[in-house]
Amino acid sequence: MTAPTDYAHLEDQFQARIDAEEKIEPKDWMPDKYRKTLIRQISQHAHSEIVGMLPEGNWVTRAPSLRRKVALLAKVQDEAGHGLYLYGAAETLGAERDDLLDELHSGNAKYSSIFNYPTLSWADIGAIGWLVDGAAIMNQVPLCRCSYGPYARAMVRVCKEESFHQRQGYEIMLTLARGTEAQKKMAQDALNRWWWPSLMMFGPNDAESKHTAQSMAWKIKRFTNDELRQRFVDITAPQAEFLGLTIPDEHLKYNEETGHYDFGPINWDEFWQVVSGEGPCNRQRLKARRRAHEEGQWVRDAALAHAEKRRQRQAAKNNQKVA
Amino acid sequence: MSEKKNWPLWEIFIRSKNGLNHKHVGSLHAADAKMAIENARDVYTRRMEGVSIWVVESEHITASSPNQSESLFDPANDKVYRHPTFYNLPDEVKHM
Repeated sequence: MTAPTDYAHLEDQFQARIDAEEKIEPKDWMPDKYRKTLIRQISQHAHSEIVGMLPEGNWVTRAPSLRRKVALLAKVQDEAGHGLYLYGAAETLGAERDDLLDELHSGNAKYSSIFNYPTLSWADIGAIGWLVDGAAIMNQVPLCRCSYGPYARAMVRVCKEESFHQRQGYEIMLTLARGTEAQKKMAQDALNRWWWPSLMMFGPNDAESKHTAQSMAWKIKRFTNDELRQRFVDITAPQAEFLGLTIPDEHLKYNEETGHYDFGPINWDEFWQVVSGEGPCNRQRLKARRRAHEEGQWVRDAALAHAEKRRQRQAAKNNQKVA
Repeated sequence: MSEKKNWPLWEIFIRSKNGLNHKHVGSLHAADAKMAIENARDVYTRRMEGVSIWVVESEHITASSPNQSESLFDPANDKVYRHPTFYNLPDEVKHM
């Protein structure tokens, strides 16, 4: 046990390192709360990547062309990879993979609430790539400079790979928007349903966000939720205009004075409802994850048994040689 | 089986192209070395990031501790004479 004064001293030293933009690595001393905050954030991030495969997986077999299908498969595979980089980063902090998965499967751990919405049409795959991955990139680029080394390094890889995700989504939207009336309508409908949940992805308003101040001080977070949300709206509004689609917000308007887009109020009741498990697909998503995990148990067991058997055979062979 | 016995953790090192070192890229779980290489291919080289993979079970790696940093690395601090700029030569002397 570290005495309280020593602990305060260590904390000061730690904060000085952070302030000097030094990176923190796994074996370095860190406050318990820094470790806990990171495990929570990184594992939630990992869960989001893994659960995020489900809404899109829904369309893999029904992609309209082979080109779209290979792209979607590659994107979903990337998301599995991103989940693994992130679980790996959480494990450098002493978290156990199994515990993290248990937290997800029991419903205790959170993941991005956006993945609790259904993918009703092919245009949703376009809207997800464009908006959901767009919002994710907005969040993730500053995380490449996060104070914790393994998390920052994982984010560099993720960001490099994710820009293809957003471009393939926008290309789908562009094709539909330039297609038949029915296709254009489908694209507009997808935008209508995904716009507001995408804005909610940045999390509660700064005044309501209980973790923001500490995370900013620790340089885990570089920008506040509202800053990133505003940046997303500013970048995305002209992209929607280029598509000839209408963002479903009557208050959305470029403000000459501020140089930013003003936008209408977010329905936070809906956000908290989805976060607390009452979104359209929460139960379905968790059920699918649990089932995949349970049905894979025998494979994991068999692989381990096989590896053990081979190890024993090899050991027996080596013994024979010695004898 | 199955009283929570898990695949061990492996550290992954990738040579991005011939002529360069293998470099640590991250970790993953696998039942044995062969599977660790297969998984590393899928997780870390989906975009031609590598031409060669090393895998090492994490428990076999011995790492220096940050507490040792001073005793390990500080002695190099005051040995400027190990660097070429420590030596003053007149400008007329070329190619040195």
